Amino acid sequence: MSDTILDVRHLKKYFKTGKGMLHAVDDVSFTIERGKTLGLVGESGCGKSTTGRSVLRLIEPTSGEVFFEGKDIVKLSGGEMRKMRKDMQIIFQDPFSSLDPKKTVSQAISEPIRINKILKNKRDIEDRVMELMDTVGLAERLVNTYPHELDGGRRQRIGIARALAMEPKLIICDEPVSALDVSIQAQILNLMDDLQDKLDLTYIFITHDLAVVNHFADEIAVMYLGGIVEKAPSEELFTNPIHPYTRALLSAIPVPDLDHKRERISLKGEITSPVNLPNECRFANRCYECQDKICRAGIPPLVEVSPNHFVACYLHNEK
Amino acid sequence: MSEKEITRNEKILDVKNLSVRFETEDGIVRAVNGIDLDLGYHRTLGLVGETGAGKTTTALALLRLVQSPPGVVECDKLEIGGRDIRELSIEHMEQIRGKDISMIFQDPMTALNPVFTVGDQIAESLELHEHLNHEQALERAGDMLEMVGIPRARGKEYPHQFSGGMKQRVVIAIALACNPKLLIADEPTTALDVTIQAQVLELMNDLKTKYDTSMIMITHDLGIVAEVCDEVAVMYAGRIIEKGTLEDVFRETMHPYTEGLFNSLPNIKNRTARLKPIMGLMPDPTNLPPGCAFAPRCNYATEECSKEVPELKAVSQTHKCACCAYEREGFCIERRAKK
Amino acid sequence: MANEKELRAHQKYKKRSSLGMVWHQLKKNKGAIIGLILISLVIILALCAPLIYDYKQDIVKNHVRERMLYPSAEHPFGTDDLGRDILARVIWGARYSLAVGVVAVLFALVVGVTLGAIAGYVGGVFEDIVMRVCDIFSSIPSVLLAIAVVSAMGKSTVNLMIAVGLASSAPFTRVARAAVLVVRDEEYIEAAKAIGMRDWQIILEHILPNCVSQIIVQATLRVGSAIISAAQLSFLGLGVPAPAPEWGAMLSSGRQFIRDYSYMTLFPGLAIMLCVLSLNLLGDGLRDALDPKLKR
Repeated sequence: MSDTILDVRHLKKYFKTGKGMLHAVDDVSFTIERGKTLGLVGESGCGKSTTGRSVLRLIEPTSGEVFFEGKDIVKLSGGEMRKMRKDMQIIFQDPFSSLDPKKTVSQAISEPIRINKILKNKRDIEDRVMELMDTVGLAERLVNTYPHELDGGRRQRIGIARALAMEPKLIICDEPVSALDVSIQAQILNLMDDLQDKLDLTYIFITHDLAVVNHFADEIAVMYLGGIVEKAPSEELFTNPIHPYTRALLSAIPVPDLDHKRERISLKGEITSPVNLPNECRFANRCYECQDKICRAGIPPLVEVSPNHFVACYLHNEK
Repeated sequence: MSEKEITRNEKILDVKNLSVRFETEDGIVRAVNGIDLDLGYHRTLGLVGETGAGKTTTALALLRLVQSPPGVVECDKLEIGGRDIRELSIEHMEQIRGKDISMIFQDPMTALNPVFTVGDQIAESLELHEHLNHEQALERAGDMLEMVGIPRARGKEYPHQFSGGMKQRVVIAIALACNPKLLIADEPTTALDVTIQAQVLELMNDLKTKYDTSMIMITHDLGIVAEVCDEVAVMYAGRIIEKGTLEDVFRETMHPYTEGLFNSLPNIKNRTARLKPIMGLMPDPTNLPPGCAFAPRCNYATEECSKEVPELKAVSQTHKCACCAYEREGFCIERRAKK
Repeated sequence: MANEKELRAHQKYKKRSSLGMVWHQLKKNKGAIIGLILISLVIILALCAPLIYDYKQDIVKNHVRERMLYPSAEHPFGTDDLGRDILARVIWGARYSLAVGVVAVLFALVVGVTLGAIAGYVGGVFEDIVMRVCDIFSSIPSVLLAIAVVSAMGKSTVNLMIAVGLASSAPFTRVARAAVLVVRDEEYIEAAKAIGMRDWQIILEHILPNCVSQIIVQATLRVGSAIISAAQLSFLGLGVPAPAPEWGAMLSSGRQFIRDYSYMTLFPGLAIMLCVLSLNLLGDGLRDALDPKLKR
């Protein structure tokens, strides 16, 4: 019984720049089942954040369809979309810039309730704020403090409380723990884990940290230059990575374990800018297995090589 | 070879009882509270800790770059290459910085001057310290660029024409230009992507051996420590709480905070294992708790812990730990009990 | 039960007022405090002027016998060519100068901030048009612009206010737009969109409160230059009509006697200078106190 909550089809987002078309997101498709977590992994500039924001229409996608509970939200009008936002929320990366410095903790958390008129009575709103603060583990004495008086972990808890205030079904987490110290990072990850169980949340977890996404996500999609190059359940992706980029990425994580022996695959060069991309495999220029005749013939499609394991590579699309 | 023999037992860095405090309006921020550091030639020390642990302040104090006021630096001994640098004049210190000891900063985007070419910026320190003329210096700058994997010709370009990873390579080239004896790298890869981070770390490892440089690697990432360091010092609230060789700290972890750091990291082998974060928050450096600063967050803490600051005691020849729980009979942290 | 608990929490932990924090920063700046004291004095004097002097008797009425008296105990600032006490006129004149300065700036603030905020937030063609008009306005010397307005609409205090206000609208538009552009790209604006806020709600609730400090600083500094502009216009005879003791007009009428009776121009001139100087000192102090980067 699959219960698909989100179905993204051929999502594209191009930006016009001085040098040409920037393909931030180039034909991305994926689905997520209710209550699961999809990890979107990649390096800076791969389009993972743009994908997340396009799904919420915080950035208007250039083309493509986003079905949320069967409804294509790309076609909704501004007003209808605003109503839809209650169900789809986002947690931002930087807990220092995602909160208005002039609003206290309670003002920040009550804002979504007030704006969407979920509760009208002032007392009910205050009640709900205290309940939310309790849910995310913020002490009640912080209710009237300003964000700049708080540390990163607590600020991120405010961000989570804001997202939860509207009882969303889907939350897009854009690098929610990257700006935090490890000990605080673990606290927030555990909190998000608990909330998922308790509230039956679905997450899209966007990150560059493979260790974190491996721990947190049920399924992982690896992005490179605006496209998904490999997608598989987490376990499978880590034990049996197929795409050359995924393998290089996995081998590059520094592991805090002296017994962890592996061969490092060193990549040449750096991610190129996604402007005016030629019609060839996006990874070809840095790929250590690249065979010009095959790989530069076109953009490789995402092919299912084993159940639920998709790879976009001409050299590894059989099995 | 013989020269190496002689220097083997000597220390490039010897610091005793270093303290740094900042006297601000809101109170005295005790950033570093009496730490001892020493480092042999050709060794790499990893200085590990979270934000506010005092890692960067320590590094700045070693270079005598702490701003004063509000900073006040005190220490009983501060020797680099056997030379006491505490009382050196400003001019003298400037000669030492860059030549004997140099630093790589966290953010390569702001460490370079946007109005000079990359080659000029490398040449500048060569002209200053090695007394080369401009042509010779530019020539050497070209060599340095090639060393860090950038074509010589790109020395004529400006920083904005380089990507983040390339800029960090340039910064490394500048730091290594005068062949310093000690290199302090403050989170050199935090601003970079994983694959680029891997390239830069690899480069630093190669250059370290090639140039016989000792290094202090400041980082919050235990994974990086495992890859580049020989020795580790873990800092918490301005104190070193555990110190030893890489093996000591990773295999024979003693301090509950170090254990907490390891437990906070997702385990790449056992992906579903629930994380065990350290509860609570870093203490406020203007108002440190009495006794062991970690006690309020420590699972093993007893009343004893809040009475006095635990000393850094030797557990083995190389391994030291500052935790009073070990005075209890048969105390052992969970991480080691499992083994 | 839960209600009581929560009410306690809200009441127990009061917010720190932001005004208090600004005051704390401002206190440290000597210049700003001097400016604040001086401008408060001027304001108090201006407010009390009708209590000390009678407009008809002391300000307007000619006293032929007391013409051109040098400063003395009876007339500390001396008297003018019509025998009027200059001290009384200077004090009363503060009412005109302050009123023109403040009202003109308020006018400029409303026009400029509205246009600038919308231009900055909306961008596109609207922004282009507004900013180009701004450019045109700023390329005309402000006095010239004001002269044009006054000559077109006629001489009166209200028109003077409008003229000066219009001339200082462009800088406000610029400042407001620049401030909005910075705030607009902050993540919390995106966060506000994500919870379904409408654009006007975002401008009112998030963008303006975060620009307000820069606008206050700008306004404080602008009142000073508005006072100067008003004085200039009056000096040219285009400002507040004749018998009113406007500082610029006083300067103008004292001009012909400047060789022998320089005190007639000295005191109104000093009054203008003092007033503008104290506003500038206060404005600079406020800028430092309100700038989050300089905190800590």
